[in-house]
Amino acid sequence: MSRGEVATPSQTSGPFLSIGTEWNARGQMVDPSTPGAVTISGRVFDGAGAPVIDALLEIWQADPAGRFPPATASSWTGFGRTLTDRSGAYRICTLKPGALPLAGGGVEAPHLDVSIFARGLLQRLVTRIYFSDDAEVESDPLLSSLSEAEVRASLIARRGASGYHHDLWLQGDKETAFFVP
Amino acid sequence: MSKVTQDIGATVHPDRLDPAYDYPGYVATHLRAPKRPLRSLPEGLTEIAGPVFGEGLVGPLDHDLTRQGSGEPIGERLIVHGRVSDSAGRPVANQLVEIWQANAAGRYAHTVDRHQAPLDPNFSGAGRCLTTSSGSYRFITIRPGEYPWSNHDNAWRPAHIHFSVFGRSFSSRLVTQMYFPGDPLLEYDPMFQSIRDRRAAGRLVAKFDLDATQRDWALAYRFDVVLGGDGATPIETIGEERG
Repeated sequence: MSRGEVATPSQTSGPFLSIGTEWNARGQMVDPSTPGAVTISGRVFDGAGAPVIDALLEIWQADPAGRFPPATASSWTGFGRTLTDRSGAYRICTLKPGALPLAGGGVEAPHLDVSIFARGLLQRLVTRIYFSDDAEVESDPLLSSLSEAEVRASLIARRGASGYHHDLWLQGDKETAFFVP
Repeated sequence: MSKVTQDIGATVHPDRLDPAYDYPGYVATHLRAPKRPLRSLPEGLTEIAGPVFGEGLVGPLDHDLTRQGSGEPIGERLIVHGRVSDSAGRPVANQLVEIWQANAAGRYAHTVDRHQAPLDPNFSGAGRCLTTSSGSYRFITIRPGEYPWSNHDNAWRPAHIHFSVFGRSFSSRLVTQMYFPGDPLLEYDPMFQSIRDRRAAGRLVAKFDLDATQRDWALAYRFDVVLGGDGATPIETIGEERG
């Protein structure tokens, strides 16, 4: 049985990825003045604890009603991206996604799917960001499948006074949980 | 389920032969490659959805890197074109393709690039377009120069163009590099060599395309992109082949 065509393999984005991507890397999936807009911010670190100053973060997510294009309003693509700055910091402004129904019943807690591209990453890293103040976090099947509390915590943004905070660790003791791309 | 959890670096989609994260020959991986096993992401609604890019997203000249300045950039003009498809051969229509590259002297228009080669005021090195209904794309650019880098003693990158391609789903997102046929530096390049499978590596080498050249104006290269991860290939086929 044919396995289909061999897919084009990944290569690193290299250190100069901002040249090609910064034109729409403002990190704003909605204008900050939009009712319900939230910010998610944090820093990206490598295995030595040094800031990753040349990363691109891409967000894919549902809208607040749990919908994706083309079912959403035309202004909502479900996609946003931002580059880390000289301190490894990033900031995203978006609307919180809705919980998503599962085929077998139940729901997935509201989450963002995140891709990380950078020099030194031969293919993207994939992770998720959940939100600490969502009740569904307790029963989310993916989070529940992770037995170690610190691994679960590495996927959950913490609510603070000025939005959500979430650091990403590519490697080391605090390594973020990553998924098969 | 169309994915399986394996140790870091293993091939996880049956149609994908991506490089390992931790590749010793590429020094920048040492502190950036995750060390814990990757986990499996369920194929939920987020994973099977993809962004829809509207017509107004890219400008009519964004695909032409030779018309961004007040004059023409220095270098050999090239047409780089191809088709984006899924692993079943179906066209990926109306999706975003972005490229970035060094100038003809091997220098990026980026503050981090310290290579002692001239910048070109008429070349930013960035372009983008949407694929057509048949999955086709086309850029006009100049041939990028090779350049040295600090990975190892006397390290040089082969000439390449960075490609960012969107598919129909989160799972099919791809960032890669296009290389040129016959480049003697490919043999020494840890990024290219990180791909163990010869067929997969061959996907990254563009084909010279005489039919697409424009007489008295520009040579042409064809670079087709096949996106994996669209759920087009059932996992069961692996078991059948092993059986």
